[in-house]
Amino acid sequence: MVRTLGAALLAAGLMWLAGCGSSDVSFNGKDITGLMPDLAFSLTGTEGETVTEARYQDEAVVLFFGYTHCPDFCPTTLTALAQALNKLSDQEREQLRVLFVSVDPERDTPELLAKYTAYFSPRVDGLTGDQEALRELTKRYRTTYSYEEPDKNGNYLVNHGLAMYGFDRHGKVRLFMRNDQPMDQIAEDLRALVSIQ
Amino acid sequence: MLHTLSGALTPYIFSPITVLLFLLAVTAYLVGWRRLAVGGRSPSAWRTLSFFLGVLLCYTVMHTQFDYYSRYMFFVHRGQHLVLHHLGAFLIALANPLPVLAACAGERRFPGLSAAFRPVRRVLFDPLVATVLFVGLIFFWLTPSIHFDAMLSLRLYELMNWSMLVDGVIFWLVILDPRDPDLAGTSRFGVRFVMLVAALFPQILLGAYITFADAGLYDVYAICGRAFAIEPATDQVLGGILTWIPAAMMTIIGALVVLRLYLRYDSEKGG
Repeated sequence: MVRTLGAALLAAGLMWLAGCGSSDVSFNGKDITGLMPDLAFSLTGTEGETVTEARYQDEAVVLFFGYTHCPDFCPTTLTALAQALNKLSDQEREQLRVLFVSVDPERDTPELLAKYTAYFSPRVDGLTGDQEALRELTKRYRTTYSYEEPDKNGNYLVNHGLAMYGFDRHGKVRLFMRNDQPMDQIAEDLRALVSIQ
Repeated sequence: MLHTLSGALTPYIFSPITVLLFLLAVTAYLVGWRRLAVGGRSPSAWRTLSFFLGVLLCYTVMHTQFDYYSRYMFFVHRGQHLVLHHLGAFLIALANPLPVLAACAGERRFPGLSAAFRPVRRVLFDPLVATVLFVGLIFFWLTPSIHFDAMLSLRLYELMNWSMLVDGVIFWLVILDPRDPDLAGTSRFGVRFVMLVAALFPQILLGAYITFADAGLYDVYAICGRAFAIEPATDQVLGGILTWIPAAMMTIIGALVVLRLYLRYDSEKGG
């Protein structure tokens, strides 16, 4: 009885850990298959409409958190992503979407987000939400954000995570790219992400 | 989030297993304490206090907003592990909780269960195994690539924290066991001193290494965002110092307790 119980506990523990698998493709970035939850969110799109992961069924997705007033990381990362997208074939690009989630809903109105993302690539969608939705989503992908004190003109910096999270066409988490991954390697990883059936 | 007390006490990520294990430990201790008290053998007030203080400290760092800062600041994470592996575990072990927990079962005996746990206990409470595990786990979870994964994955993170707490309690139980080694077959006091010294130096080396290494050893905090703006180098230096100095001090306090146990044992044998 005790032995059976012990064996059952051991098996349960192993299964609990077995979530950490790996993809069949190889990435330059980090393969995080099983390390994080699948894609799920409920945010606001650039028309003010509610957007969930259902909109991106059958598309590979790259998720990135930032804000449009960002002086450094967001424009450089989005530029690298846009250049990487241009390296893909038309067919590959059609199967991939970049989600730029603003964690500064106070300033990032849907119109501003639409203008900002369109500047980089038509494959980039701008999304945002209320604090509750943003806290929930950042927590889900193990990142956070905070606001610094505004200066006398009311401008403020936002601290946010720098990672890009890649999901395959079924919304399964696959890829973790650092913001300093070279553009060529980002392109290779996007191609690999799209290739997962 | 910290504006109200209830906000500060709300867990960042609710963990059913953490709640369950803490409830189980406290309930078992209370039932055991009650049974011992009925028989007139209740543990002393300071031991009881030590147990609850240790449990409270560990719960606070694992399951309140403190945990949020532990996930997003390296030095707070080191503070969390200092409590789980050293301070909280030390206080729990200092309370000598095993007889109280055993009394929880009352007159009932579970020969099958004790037989199954005896070999596990013999291995984990072996001085060499306990020391290697104590130091090894610190090094293991601070290996940069493993640390990265543990911080990304919710399950690995829980495993990391619980393994630190359980291992800390086992190590300090071996060190602080108040029973007479001749009668109880526990580790001799000289062996315990050697264990403490063996555990002390690797911790000092690792703490110093983190303190003086180039910033960016644990870049998961930079990539995933910090809870508030702080220079990455400052974060790492503070974390290194927390790994180094308070941990070493706990070892010295442990040695003082062992010395006191030895003196009592010696005077009893001499008298």
